Amino acid sequence: MTKTESKVLVDISSLCYTNGGVDILHDINLTVNRGDFIAVIGPNGGGKTTLLKLILGLLQPTRGAIDVRGLRRASGTGAIGYVPQHVNHNLNFPATALDVVLMGNHSASRRLRFGNSRREVMQAHEALEKLGINDCADRKIVALSGGQRQRVLIARALVGQPELLVLDEPTASIDTKGQTDFYDMLKELNKDLTILMVCHDLMIVASYAKSIACLNRRLHYHDSFRSSGDVIDIFYSCSVQEMCPVGVITQNIKDIRPVGGKDD
Amino acid sequence: MIEVLHYEFMRHALLAGLLAAVVCGVIGTLVIVNRLVFLSGGVAHSAYGGVGLAFFLGWPYMIGATLFAFGSAMIMAAVSIKSKQRTDTIIGVMWSVGMAAGILLLDLAPGYNVDLMSYLFGSILSVPAGDLVVMAIVTLVVLLLVAYFYSDLLLMSYDEEFAEVKGVPVRPLYFMLIGMVAVTVVMVVQVVGLILVIALLTIPPYITEKYTRSLLQMMVFSSLLGMGFILGGLWASYIYDLTSGAAIIFVAGTVFFLSLGVDKLIAMKKRRVWLRSHQSLESGRTGIVDS
Repeated sequence: MTKTESKVLVDISSLCYTNGGVDILHDINLTVNRGDFIAVIGPNGGGKTTLLKLILGLLQPTRGAIDVRGLRRASGTGAIGYVPQHVNHNLNFPATALDVVLMGNHSASRRLRFGNSRREVMQAHEALEKLGINDCADRKIVALSGGQRQRVLIARALVGQPELLVLDEPTASIDTKGQTDFYDMLKELNKDLTILMVCHDLMIVASYAKSIACLNRRLHYHDSFRSSGDVIDIFYSCSVQEMCPVGVITQNIKDIRPVGGKDD
Repeated sequence: MIEVLHYEFMRHALLAGLLAAVVCGVIGTLVIVNRLVFLSGGVAHSAYGGVGLAFFLGWPYMIGATLFAFGSAMIMAAVSIKSKQRTDTIIGVMWSVGMAAGILLLDLAPGYNVDLMSYLFGSILSVPAGDLVVMAIVTLVVLLLVAYFYSDLLLMSYDEEFAEVKGVPVRPLYFMLIGMVAVTVVMVVQVVGLILVIALLTIPPYITEKYTRSLLQMMVFSSLLGMGFILGGLWASYIYDLTSGAAIIFVAGTVFFLSLGVDKLIAMKKRRVWLRSHQSLESGRTGIVDS
């Protein structure tokens, strides 16, 4: 693991998070460098969402520390763009897709301001255009499909020009075709953006992520892998794997053997 | 109709109604999008405990009710921010205990007792000028706070977690919102009654939510709709000699059910249009197959 100081975006050192007397996360060490595309995998209850919330600053670590760009508290710095897991909440909310994207521009200086500047609106349109749904900009969110809503939430995260994009199971509500498009797009975004993503789909992980973090209370980081075969080896060698119900899924990968892998 | 404005009580009633409509349109919008209807009901009912306390101790009504409503609102806010799942139980308990405490305290209070009915339906036709001033001040403060924190409230209402990531002070803002709900409810209960507050808080925003495209629009149109309900209700109560509060609620309820019907009609019409275009596609396709 190369550790140039300027490259480090998020530094997690000996982090513990306790809830109800039990360590949800125990002794986590992870360094996210600029340009990374890290997939976090692990069983339900393994602490994936908790880890994301700690990085986002929504939760405070019980022990240890998280530094984002050398700062202790990530929230409000604009360094991180967050795409949540649920896209189907608050559906009747009176806002258009464009309005939701514009929420990504929020800062404390927006107090006592109702409108958005022309530049902000243009940036929001650009973000929507990048995701291929600018034609939906004026539609209310209730009139969008699940996949379109997902893209709106990503555009909302992107418009704040973050350095790190954090996604929590981003394709849980997207169909297979939509998923492939979505991850192709993420790969494209990864060219100038660091990505940290929770994902359950090992085939997706094998063909798109650059590195893997196995999380089940403890974290095991796999810096790189060359092929999907490596992904399987990672699962078999991984120390947190005993409790992972990954056998079935890895079997699928073995059967199908996608050509891809890490190709850039 | 204009001659009713010669009566001072009618001018006061109209002013009180307009102020209530504005403050309820703004706060009601936030209540609806943040799903705080049940909490607002709990605050309003538990405020009755404050009414009882005020009478028992011989304090002015306002102080007792405001303290009680604010206190119970803060407890509900603290519980609901901690665990969203169990909030309804706590609210239900405070709702009924507050109400019961009020009634018991009124039983024990010496001398003349207020009528529960006037608390439920209010007495919009007998609002003193002093209350109007207090209402105007509260409305102004609420409007200023909402205007100042508009962007923060918008983010928090749509997606709490994202708002926090963006640096919105979600916790203090949530307590502020619930506090505003409590003060609004107490203020408006005094003039229009408990049931009208809940009706004005929920019905106009619920109707406008479907047709508006932003929180600000929703607030403006909810206020206008609330004004319409109050004017309509007051007019009906004047013409047919009805209880004003109940008449206003009845107008609001009628429009509410009408709007549901209109929604159905719009949906049916949309489907007919869709069906027609779909059928023409279908017949076009079969035509090709046939030839």
